[in-house]
Amino acid sequence: MSKYTLNVNGKARAVDVEADTPLLWALRDTLGLVGTKYGCGIGACGACTVHVDGQPARACQLPVSSIGKRRITTIEGLDARAMHPLQQAWTELDVPQCGYCQAGQIMTACALLKQHPKPTDAQIDDAMAGNLCRCATYVRIRAGIHRAADIAATGAKGKA
Amino acid sequence: MSRPASSARRRFLGQSAGVALLLGVQASGAIAALADNGAQEPAAGDFVPNAFIRIGTDGRVTLVSKQPEIGQGIKTSLPMVLAEELEVDWKSVRVVQGDLNPIYGSQGAGGSTSTPTNYDNFHRLGATARTMLVRAAAQTWNVPVAECRAADGAVVHGASGRKLGYGALVRTASALPVPDAKEVVPKDPATYRLLGTRVGGVDNALVVSGQPLFGIDTHLPGMLYATYVKCPVPGGRPVEANLDAIKRMPGVKAAFLVEGTENLNGLRPGVAIVADSTWNAFRARKNLKVTWDEGEGARHSWAGFLAAAQAASGQPGAAVMRKDGDVDAALAGAARTVEANYVYPFISHASMEPQNCTAWFKPLEGTLELWAPTQNPGAGQALVSTTFNIPKDKILLHITRSGGGFGRRLSSDFIVEAAAIAQKVKAPVKLTWMREDDLQHDHFRAGGFHFLRGGVDEQGKVVAWHDHFVTFANRIEKKESDGGSASVLQPGSGGNLSGDEFPGRWLANCLIEQTPLECRIPMGPWRAPGSNVFAWVFHSFIDELAHAAGRDPLAFRLDLLGDKDLVAGTGERGVPYNVGRMRNVLKAVAEKSGWGQRKFARGQGAGIAFHFSHRGYVAEVAEVTVSKEGRLRVDRVVVVADIGAQIVNLSGAENQVQGSVIDGLSTLMYPALDIDKGRIVQSNFHDYALLRMPDTPSKIETHFLKTDYPVTGLGEPVFPPLAPAVCNAIFAATGKRVRELPLAKADLSWS
Repeated sequence: MSKYTLNVNGKARAVDVEADTPLLWALRDTLGLVGTKYGCGIGACGACTVHVDGQPARACQLPVSSIGKRRITTIEGLDARAMHPLQQAWTELDVPQCGYCQAGQIMTACALLKQHPKPTDAQIDDAMAGNLCRCATYVRIRAGIHRAADIAATGAKGKA
Repeated sequence: MSRPASSARRRFLGQSAGVALLLGVQASGAIAALADNGAQEPAAGDFVPNAFIRIGTDGRVTLVSKQPEIGQGIKTSLPMVLAEELEVDWKSVRVVQGDLNPIYGSQGAGGSTSTPTNYDNFHRLGATARTMLVRAAAQTWNVPVAECRAADGAVVHGASGRKLGYGALVRTASALPVPDAKEVVPKDPATYRLLGTRVGGVDNALVVSGQPLFGIDTHLPGMLYATYVKCPVPGGRPVEANLDAIKRMPGVKAAFLVEGTENLNGLRPGVAIVADSTWNAFRARKNLKVTWDEGEGARHSWAGFLAAAQAASGQPGAAVMRKDGDVDAALAGAARTVEANYVYPFISHASMEPQNCTAWFKPLEGTLELWAPTQNPGAGQALVSTTFNIPKDKILLHITRSGGGFGRRLSSDFIVEAAAIAQKVKAPVKLTWMREDDLQHDHFRAGGFHFLRGGVDEQGKVVAWHDHFVTFANRIEKKESDGGSASVLQPGSGGNLSGDEFPGRWLANCLIEQTPLECRIPMGPWRAPGSNVFAWVFHSFIDELAHAAGRDPLAFRLDLLGDKDLVAGTGERGVPYNVGRMRNVLKAVAEKSGWGQRKFARGQGAGIAFHFSHRGYVAEVAEVTVSKEGRLRVDRVVVVADIGAQIVNLSGAENQVQGSVIDGLSTLMYPALDIDKGRIVQSNFHDYALLRMPDTPSKIETHFLKTDYPVTGLGEPVFPPLAPAVCNAIFAATGKRVRELPLAKADLSWS
């Protein structure tokens, strides 16, 4: 085992794990940040999406030893009051069914909105294609991204 | 769970007797199994009129959700029924998940039954509590009960304008007897203020902020982490394994063989690895070397099944499910006949949350505590009880939220595996299946083969229908009345075709036969079992007959349904079919979609289908575009559903409809499992594709026909008609008939 200091949600967090341990399991088992979900372990479903230096990344594919000083943001750290426009929109439009994939969906969508504050459907299709939702809430995920873009643009609060 | 009952608990149990009668269950026997969970404990002094409702002296309302939440929204919708009758502001309500407990009655979430089996009771439970609060206020003011009414979490005296919040009435209401059912009047539906509106899921805030909710999020002090490796061939068992090497791997605490049982859907033999983290268990597993006794299943393959099915199709079926008239004579006399074979593969449930369960065995007390994302907690407890001979009252099961169900979590294999491992380690242990386990060791939706013949007369009416269904089965020992037992082949869940399946009861000449193939592959219920494939096969073939007759597919179907209002089920257990309800949804979907009113360009078209399942009557129209290269785009889906007199939560209901439509499309387009040497070939989402955002239809329109019939469930009935509606639209667009799933295999290109 080796000690690593990870920058997670703006805080330095020490983890004592084997070097090959994926960030996913360090977050979940060691740091108790379970919002990042295990879905496939091969980077094919998007349930474990986090941000590394602001870019979406699959936490199941990132060995802890490879991260260094890069900044990790998880769903728990997306917004201090859990009122990010995407979180507001998801609640307002009642997007989730089972909810298991939604943290990953929101993290991917967040990166999309940074790049395209008013995304088109085609841009949404393209950005979100890596995130599976087995309950198939895609219609509402799409609507939720548009709504979040509106909230961010106007600064309006959702009706939650 | 050894904790003595608090005074609040004793009062709660005492006062729950009336409710127990209401629910038709006994409240005895499971006291020890009540949750040792702060969130579930009524506080001393609360008003607890029944097991589902608690009101604090501060007026705060806590409602217990008894059904497992798997994404179907029941944790929101059933408490809404209580809140409606209670006349409380939904925003003031807190909902908590109940553990497995006989006091709640049946807690299985399957077959879209959670709503129909609880809806009326929940109205009565809420109305009972409201009645007691109103009586408490009347008693306090010394006025007639009839002059008081409940509104917004308070009771108001109309004449004087006096008002008392529920919190202030808690003490008085708690001293009142639970009123007789006859004295309790549920609300007039015309006065509903909450039911039928859009209400967000009660756990949404936790979901979007990543808080612990799901079984896989369970964490206990000192908890260990396990992985469990089964023989790739179901029915196989480990002979030996390099356990000593595994135990030397980083973080590994234990590694051992589990003997298991013969039950393919129970505790299968395997190798357990227990470590101090999930990853250390998974890593160790990569080095595991096992010698397997693969057993008989290893001789099976999909190619072999296909050949066996084709051979069977030339023979009479092993069982006749329905025989009316003389199909051969009717076919010989038909103006036009069609023969077609339909094939679909085994598929996995692939819920996003892999199977998992946390178990804690306490040898001194002889108790087992479980945290399980299950749809069927009672069955899980029962399987653990019979497998290990632990009395049910020593097994406490906490129901966690499930990351998707789709029928997978009606099975309890992952629970019994965790229980087996927990008994070997002196700590709580969380078993997490790898995705590969989840995909390859599912209780699968069975594949199937249908060999169909049909005929129409000169007027374009169906005169003959013959289906020989070749299905999959496993051998079970069936007890006989003389005390002996016989070995019989039992089709998997959804693999048994009823002779009543539409159009089974409608035709003068109808033969439905079935032949089972033994497969030694575990099968289990998969969203709308049976219906999820039969609707595709039958409504595709009905479409073939419509086109053979040169008739409009809608008119052909209306003609086939006929003008009766009700068609009785066959035999004592037969389910009647309300033809009137089906005609209405079919006509409505035609109207809403503008059926027949538009000319489609080549490569575009519309298809229609309907299906009755899980008490719901549903018709759907799909409009598609198929590019010349054969790429499918579903442009629009119109759904009309009749699920009775009331939509409980409009937001949840529409979410279920949209999800069912897209799941129906996904299942049509992509997933398929190949079987080679008895093992599942596919292993993860890279080779087991499911629909993603880019294939999502642009428009899904949902219409509910409100009728006078009982309120029924929506987790399943919208799924079945989607695939045939899309395939019939593909035929309209391209002239190509899809007779094999998944669609990804088909060449839909045209020129």
